[in-house]
Amino acid sequence: MSTLDAIDLARIQFALNISFHILFPAISIGLAWILLFFRLTYTMTGNQLWEYAYYFWVKIFALTFAIGVVSGVTMSFQFGTNWPGFIEKAGNIAGPLLGYEVLTAFFLEATFLGVMLFGKQRVSNRTHLFSSAMVAIGTAISAFWILSLNSWMQTPQGHEIIEGIFYPVSWWQIVFNPSFPYRLAHMLNASLLTSAFLIAGVSAWRTVRQVDGPATLAVLKTGVVLAAVLSPVQVILGDLHGLNTLEYQPAKIAAIEGLWHTESGAPLTLFGFPDEDQRKTHYALKIPKAASVILTHTIDGELMGLDEFEGHHPPVAFVFWSFRVMVGVGFLMIAVSWWAAWSIFRKGLASALVLRALSWMTFAGWVATLAGWYVTEVGRQPWLISGLLKAADVVAPHSSATVAGTLIGYGLLYAFLLISYIGTLRYLSTKPAASLSIQNAASNPPHDRPPAARP
Amino acid sequence: MENVLPLIFMGIMGFALLVYVILDGYDLGIGLLLPLATDEEKDIMIASIGPFWDANETWLVLGVGVLLIGFPAAYAMVLTALYLPVTIMLSGLILRGVAFDFRVKANAKHKHLWNRAFALGSGIAAAAQGWMLGSYITGLSPGIMNTGFSCLIALTMPALYVVLGAGWLMIKCEDALFDKAARWGRNAMPLMGLALLAISVSTPIVSSTIAERWFTLPNLIGLAPIPLTTVVAFFSVYWVLYKAEIAHAGYAWLVMAGTILICIMATLGLAYSLYPYVVLDQLTVWESAAAPQSLKFALWGVALAVPAIMVYTVFVYSVFRGKASALNYGQDE
Repeated sequence: MSTLDAIDLARIQFALNISFHILFPAISIGLAWILLFFRLTYTMTGNQLWEYAYYFWVKIFALTFAIGVVSGVTMSFQFGTNWPGFIEKAGNIAGPLLGYEVLTAFFLEATFLGVMLFGKQRVSNRTHLFSSAMVAIGTAISAFWILSLNSWMQTPQGHEIIEGIFYPVSWWQIVFNPSFPYRLAHMLNASLLTSAFLIAGVSAWRTVRQVDGPATLAVLKTGVVLAAVLSPVQVILGDLHGLNTLEYQPAKIAAIEGLWHTESGAPLTLFGFPDEDQRKTHYALKIPKAASVILTHTIDGELMGLDEFEGHHPPVAFVFWSFRVMVGVGFLMIAVSWWAAWSIFRKGLASALVLRALSWMTFAGWVATLAGWYVTEVGRQPWLISGLLKAADVVAPHSSATVAGTLIGYGLLYAFLLISYIGTLRYLSTKPAASLSIQNAASNPPHDRPPAARP
Repeated sequence: MENVLPLIFMGIMGFALLVYVILDGYDLGIGLLLPLATDEEKDIMIASIGPFWDANETWLVLGVGVLLIGFPAAYAMVLTALYLPVTIMLSGLILRGVAFDFRVKANAKHKHLWNRAFALGSGIAAAAQGWMLGSYITGLSPGIMNTGFSCLIALTMPALYVVLGAGWLMIKCEDALFDKAARWGRNAMPLMGLALLAISVSTPIVSSTIAERWFTLPNLIGLAPIPLTTVVAFFSVYWVLYKAEIAHAGYAWLVMAGTILICIMATLGLAYSLYPYVVLDQLTVWESAAAPQSLKFALWGVALAVPAIMVYTVFVYSVFRGKASALNYGQDE
């Protein structure tokens, strides 16, 4: 462990915190909209299935949201405890963007969330729908601002630097920096996909365990349709994002592709073992010219290699592998969701095999989302703000021992919480579905129907 | 305008942190009191804060967020100096926040463990906040005296939260729990008084600037209302807690109101002591302020959002007014 100095530990600690945090917004951003869909469908059709679906999933949403909130509080402090120099130098830009995140979104969620979760019996159906919509919109706006800041750190513009301090020149250019639209679309879609696989996976698992009711099938279908539509969209969004990265952060693309030297008609390395000491990829499985075709849309297009960025490019193997995990899980998502959709809509019922596959994919969104963030964040290293500010120059002067100690503390706490979260999800999913009562002549209707169900 | 902007942000930050101490104070206090209650009472106590704690905690994020927006240099300095207590506080807040949700959703046989985690998290967070307040007041400087002082505030600050929590319970609960809350509040009052006294006495000792400001002549008379109001509020709260017939006659809200008044007075006193410093005797408001163009851009959001937030907050509290009942998401799938 002697090779790990304070900067690496600070990096690992920040990465651990933000990785743990993103798991929960990745679900709650998408699930908020799915819950709104359940509520709207119920209000419009009067079909009780959707009300049952809402009640089951709103509990999981509440739990997810709570962990997201508390781990998000950590983030607002860690910029200062771990990277004080970043805020000293770039606070003029990071401050307002983070501030807007807190102001416009966090509060919207946190205040309307109380009504959404606990106010069903106390407010009108309309007010409750409105609160649920505000929570969903709030989560999306929250993502908007935080991704704007993240994207600005990737592709900075609209600022000037005077004596080492960043000053804003054009807020429009800062907020809508070149990589922002792509990153926002890619992440929002990722969140919907993560939620789609979660609801489909849990519903499939309940069906296998035979604790499912009629509402479980409705949720399963919602998840499968959403996943089947959105997973190919994610490939397209990812491709557009990649082209944008090629233009603004070519070193990241070179690491993703494992491209050591600048080449025309560069091959696509499917697999291999990048070796930074020898600056080559062992056992590389390559498709000739394919990288140039994908990234430049010409067969002899020139791609910049890592040799152009020697000394300040990201760790190659980590980025290379993270990218392959993300893409691999992505294509697996397409395969499974299409297979499930075909099976359900052709035969009207998901086969046992499809149900197994879906339940194995319950947390696939987490894997792909984390891998994707590792590509983009580690791919930015050694820079904190691309080309302008290095992480090593802004790290806090804590001793390695202090950071290592708190790192272990966080690690244990997060491991405990993750186990508890998944355990609780499993426990909730094991209980027999309440919607089974619909089949038994609806002896136990929910206590609050909307005033009048339209036909 | 450019000189006034940092002051506006300072005011908003102070306001957010004051609201945080009051609002999250009562729910942290309830966490601290949880081990003293029966299982049935525990459910009611948790239900009484259910719809609110999320939003309450967000005021902390707003306070820190405004520190970051308005005073990046102070943000960096304060959080670097408070690395350990901040980390400890965050662990406490995390544990508490998630225990709240897990206790009702996880397997019922683990519920008592989550109750314990809830109490433990609340205690850790409250003590760490006291520690941070203690270090902040003594100018973030090391030394055995300052450490001792921070320890003292860490031990006594939770008492303030307990009194707030007891006051909240006396508004939201009835019968046996009401009487218990009064007793809990009463028992915590001396410790809370010690905390107030310690802060009031130590700040002038730590900084001669502060001593001069309070104890020279026209100032002393002009400022007298602050300590006097605090003393009157303190004994009024104690009196209501002590006399069951007053509390039962519908004046129980005086406990919460009086404690809130004490918090407001303490904030005013502290603000007067510290001004114009963000970090005592080290960084002033203007030295650490962000660029004017950043403050202007952020001010739009603040001016729109903070009043809206206050309206929502009032709305949410009115939706959930009255005595607490068991929380209910409704039926299952």
